[in-house]
Amino acid sequence: MEANAKLMSMTDAVKKYVHDGAVISFGGFSATQCPMAAAHEIIRQGVKDLHVVVCSNGQAVDELVGAGCVAGIELAYGGNGRFASTCFRFRSAAQSGELKVEDYSNYHMTLRFMAGAMGMPFLPTYSGLGTDIVKKWRYGEEDRRHDPRLPVKKLVLMGNPFNRNGGGEQVLLVPALMPDVTIIHAQKADVLGNARITGLIYADVEQAKAAKNLIITCEEIVETDELRKDPELNQILGFQVSAVVKVPWGSYPCAVYGCYDYDPWFLRDFYPKVAKDDSEWRKYLDAYVYGVANREEFLNLIGMERVERLRADKTIGYNPVLNRS
Amino acid sequence: MAGYSLQEMMAIIAAREIKDTDIVLCGTGISMLAALAAQKITAPGVSIFFESGVVDVKFAQTPLSLADPRIMNGAIRLAGLAESLSLLQNHTTGPNVISILGAAQIDIYGNLNSTSIGDFSKPKVRFSGSGGACDIGSLAGQFWVFMDLGKKRFVEKVDYLTTPGFLDGAGARERAGLPGGGPAMVITNKACFRFDDASKKMYLHSFYPGFTPEAIQEEMCFQVDLSRAKEAEPPTEHELHILRTECDPERMVLKG
Repeated sequence: MEANAKLMSMTDAVKKYVHDGAVISFGGFSATQCPMAAAHEIIRQGVKDLHVVVCSNGQAVDELVGAGCVAGIELAYGGNGRFASTCFRFRSAAQSGELKVEDYSNYHMTLRFMAGAMGMPFLPTYSGLGTDIVKKWRYGEEDRRHDPRLPVKKLVLMGNPFNRNGGGEQVLLVPALMPDVTIIHAQKADVLGNARITGLIYADVEQAKAAKNLIITCEEIVETDELRKDPELNQILGFQVSAVVKVPWGSYPCAVYGCYDYDPWFLRDFYPKVAKDDSEWRKYLDAYVYGVANREEFLNLIGMERVERLRADKTIGYNPVLNRS
Repeated sequence: MAGYSLQEMMAIIAAREIKDTDIVLCGTGISMLAALAAQKITAPGVSIFFESGVVDVKFAQTPLSLADPRIMNGAIRLAGLAESLSLLQNHTTGPNVISILGAAQIDIYGNLNSTSIGDFSKPKVRFSGSGGACDIGSLAGQFWVFMDLGKKRFVEKVDYLTTPGFLDGAGARERAGLPGGGPAMVITNKACFRFDDASKKMYLHSFYPGFTPEAIQEEMCFQVDLSRAKEAEPPTEHELHILRTECDPERMVLKG
């Protein structure tokens, strides 16, 4: 294989690996490190009927849901920190019934990806015993039998077989996830896909290693030798990566630690207004997603002067003089 | 006595209960300010962590989400969800963790709903869902709840039981197999509640100056024992000063 074979444009990566009906996972957490450039490209290509599996991805999932790309979602949290106690398009799609939502907790979803990454069918936990997360299934057993994308059960209670008294104590088994494709946004990667996420890693690594195909989008492509200098800081292994896409500002309006801050104007002033109103929402998609060909055009529409103001102070990881009021 | 907001009162009521050796898992709203205030006033040794994976935080600006870059700078450890949530389930650490949660609904046993109102498959109102709340309620040594009083929130039965309190009463957590200790305090904008050791039912522990136990009961759908209630001490000048100038100087959480 050619050394650069995995390096491709966002258009090509999405065309090649994100298909209608795919089980798809996105890294990042609330308004940090969401792969926004990838989400917009998926919307632009009109991908339909996605089945999304995530922990607490806020912004990317909300826009994909709002654009009608998502039929079902298994998640822990559909909010966006103090920018949205509940994500706006997620809320309206769930309330109208057009989006099927299967609820788990953050630990459940993390363990599910971890099980997938480990090649095991499930992992146990005590979390959730006695709750409606165990009792209420959005996808019933009948739905699950007919849809190979779903585990045959939402979760299973089991007696601990190692219990001295013979298995009286209950544990909850959560089923493994092996997404058709996971998309992670990293600060640095090489052309082979070896990548380094700086700062919190959320469940990105488990999501990445559980996937059948893995797309790494990154702020910067570096030489492999640079990543070799501090190998303990690299989490993503090139041989598990299908595609590498260089996309500076690829997470805007979300933050990327050490690179840029989130945009309070977009997330607090602009987005809630467009996302809460159906006709404003259509106009937003037409202008900012369908109306542009790629990330550069999107950023130019937002205004590079605005975007540049978000650049982080390298030593502290964010912009200390950003106006957040 | 200087004027104070009810939000400030909530933060200080919680801060006073945090001890020097506690490990506190909190969210980004007032719960975080309460933990910070405790750290700066009475409990300098307290460790604060967040479910996103950041441990022992020391930040200069108020974070707006659990993943805000501001939360990361200066921490002792940046990990991920697997590590931070496993700390709750860890047999030596979990019992020492106090966690502070919010919710849309609560019942007399401290069960919380942060998922939906109405039929969960086509909800009348959809909320964010558990996030880490179910994990925390299941596993942490104890959890506290921050929410405003009101009949829509203090209900007979939660529409969706996201986070386990004492389920349906004494012994129920043990029967279900939940290792965590369950709810210990409910801190509202007018009063603070605790849970009876025997019945596991919520009772009125204290009411804030200007409110009466009877008026507080009026704002709840279930009856609580009012007989043990005392008036709470308002925040001192010193507590308010620290809270305002050192915990949230930009007023990102506390409103004027």
